[in-house]
Amino acid sequence: MLGKTAGGLFWMFRYLERSENCARLLEAGFRIALTRSATASAEWKSILATSGSLASYDMRHDSYDSDKVINFLLRDKANPASVICNVKAARDNARLVRTALTREVWEATNEAWITLQALLERPVRESELPDVLSLIRQQKAVVRGAMAGTMLRNDGYNFARIGMFLERADNTARILDVKYYLLLPSFAQIGSSLDHVQWETILRSVSAQRAYRWLNGAEINPMNVAQLLVLHPQMPRSLAFCSHKIMNNLQYLTREYGTENPSYHMARKHYEKLNDSSIENIFELGLHEFVEDFLINNGALASQIDSDYRFQG
Amino acid sequence: MKGFFDEMLNGEAVGENASMRAPYADYGHWFNSENPDRILKKAAQAEAFFRKTGITFNVYGAEAADERLIPFDVVPRIISAGEWRKLSRGIEQRVRALNAFIYDIYHRQEILRAGRVPVELIANNEAFLPQMVGVNPPGGVYTHIVGTDIVRTGADDFFVLEDNARTPSGVSYMLENRETMLHMFPELFSQIQVRQVSSYPTNLSRSLCASAPPACKGKPVVAVLTPGIHNSAYFEHSFLADQMGAELVEGHDLRVVDGRIAMRTTRGYKAIDVLYRRVDDDYLDPLNFKPESMLGVPGIFDVYRAGGITIANAPGTGIADDKALYSYMPEIIEFYTGEKPLLNNVPTWRCSEPDQLQYVLDNLAELVVKEVHGSGGYGMLVGPAASKKEIKAFREKLKARPANYIAQPTLALSTVPVFTKKGLAPRHVDLRPFVLMSPDRIDITPGGLTRVAMTQGSLVVNSSQGGGTKDTWVLEE
Repeated sequence: MLGKTAGGLFWMFRYLERSENCARLLEAGFRIALTRSATASAEWKSILATSGSLASYDMRHDSYDSDKVINFLLRDKANPASVICNVKAARDNARLVRTALTREVWEATNEAWITLQALLERPVRESELPDVLSLIRQQKAVVRGAMAGTMLRNDGYNFARIGMFLERADNTARILDVKYYLLLPSFAQIGSSLDHVQWETILRSVSAQRAYRWLNGAEINPMNVAQLLVLHPQMPRSLAFCSHKIMNNLQYLTREYGTENPSYHMARKHYEKLNDSSIENIFELGLHEFVEDFLINNGALASQIDSDYRFQG
Repeated sequence: MKGFFDEMLNGEAVGENASMRAPYADYGHWFNSENPDRILKKAAQAEAFFRKTGITFNVYGAEAADERLIPFDVVPRIISAGEWRKLSRGIEQRVRALNAFIYDIYHRQEILRAGRVPVELIANNEAFLPQMVGVNPPGGVYTHIVGTDIVRTGADDFFVLEDNARTPSGVSYMLENRETMLHMFPELFSQIQVRQVSSYPTNLSRSLCASAPPACKGKPVVAVLTPGIHNSAYFEHSFLADQMGAELVEGHDLRVVDGRIAMRTTRGYKAIDVLYRRVDDDYLDPLNFKPESMLGVPGIFDVYRAGGITIANAPGTGIADDKALYSYMPEIIEFYTGEKPLLNNVPTWRCSEPDQLQYVLDNLAELVVKEVHGSGGYGMLVGPAASKKEIKAFREKLKARPANYIAQPTLALSTVPVFTKKGLAPRHVDLRPFVLMSPDRIDITPGGLTRVAMTQGSLVVNSSQGGGTKDTWVLEE
């Protein structure tokens, strides 16, 4: 497989994942805006920070109105973190690597772009947002379904999966990076309804409200929320889960190619560190430091993969 | 339209009373029993299908992100077995002569010595590549892929309009048009025996592999070289690579490694044996040709000369599809095959010759004038359709660089109906059959790409100028 093609698959799935995460954040923010308008603007601000576009938003707008933030994150072509820009970038990469995709995966990706482009041409009103977000989710599900159902489990598939899990881990870590203080024991005033809503929003932003209840019952406590997002081996958006998948996919590549690359060792070390941790000692050493460390390692791993597999030369 | 030969309908009648020409008899029977609303609905589905599949082309000069659909018409262009036999024999003869001509031009130049083609035409030609003199391409093949443009003016009157021997495009539309028709009207294909076109990619791959270079060990590795996703024909490049199971590469994926051209893979550099390039000669190798080219591979021409890679089509083939040379094709065919041409050339005035130039200047309003090196319908004048102002402006260009132009009579191109909301309406068409040449054989896919001018009366069928396409059927014997 061409290095360029491997890189194209990797980025195609990073961008797809990123667009979906952006939609998920919007969904969580919108919920707060609807139920607790007093804290809405703080919530929108933290969502912009998580998506990495707070600075560029601040340059163009002077308030965090729901309408403005929603349109900025959904459809502003000048905002590279917006859903529309990510879907376009995913589709551009798909076009580049079309020979490595099945017809189903290509068509699903192309159709997602065509549909969303038409849908997001006009400003989206608050009342339309739930429908728009659910359509984005659906389009993404079709791509993923086509991928699972039709792609050969070869090196290309592994590069796509690595891209997806790297991006997902990055996203979960960014949410924690912005909101870690809400989970600290020093912050919590046990039983306050405000905390409860904040914790629920964190769960919602990774689509884990129900998973949390299955595991811990109805009572939300910050330690359990952190445990679910950072370490839980069954939670598909936890840092540990994503790290495990990345390591596995790199291992498949190692086997297929018969050569061990530095990126595989890095991923293994990365995962083992997580696997050896408990949420108690993460809190003891500092949740924020831990998350920052994770983000740095995740980025370093991405560039090592880029160079090991000659994405760019 | 009065005065034009229609390939489907005899005479002027349209509708249930129309009499169909023989090749259309079965189709006409089906058509007359169909509900037009259903066909209209199918036509809309076809457009959605093309968009979904991403069968688009980029328009030069338009915004980079602008991908357009080529209009597709649901009425097929039907060619009888007998008509095709005649056409394909003529095309094969022509392609053989072209390949022999190119070999000769880059070797002993017998045809120039014999005085059948003027020396100046080669010596002053930008498409002549001095670097190719004395080079022997693997298997002796220069023109691996040729698109021969054919027009028709009457029941038995076919003319070759152009020989495209550089990087002819459009074959993906030929294939996708058939797929679309099969998808929309499967019943037609069970009722009518149409020759299949779907083996083109397999034949292309076989043909390219058969032209592998001396350095090739084992099963040849084929790759398609594209200028990138912004090229107007990018869809076709990726389509063909995909269908052949070949890698789709750009210049920056390639480099010279140990005397071979190699592509950067996830496991290191891997040698390529045959490169189907969709990049022009000038851009192929910045070391040997245009130094500023970012699309090519530095040093590829040296590897080629040493037998390390096959480039298809060979560098320098452009000399054969030069429009100034076109007027000598009858002589060229006779010189190399010893036979009379089976297919006619369109009468052509060479503006480089003063008396012919004068005739052209005097009759601009009736003629079609083309740039010698132009393609895609850019930079040409269609006299009868042009305004006085356009003709005046063109006259100045022509006088300034006469050798840059040729002129031809405005041909009464045949029509085939297209399906419109108001029913069938005649539109002018041409035909581009695709020819594959390997050291041991020539394959011509039955049919080819029919291009159709979508506006009434227009004679310009180029997709860059708003033309559309039709599925092309060759009937079984």
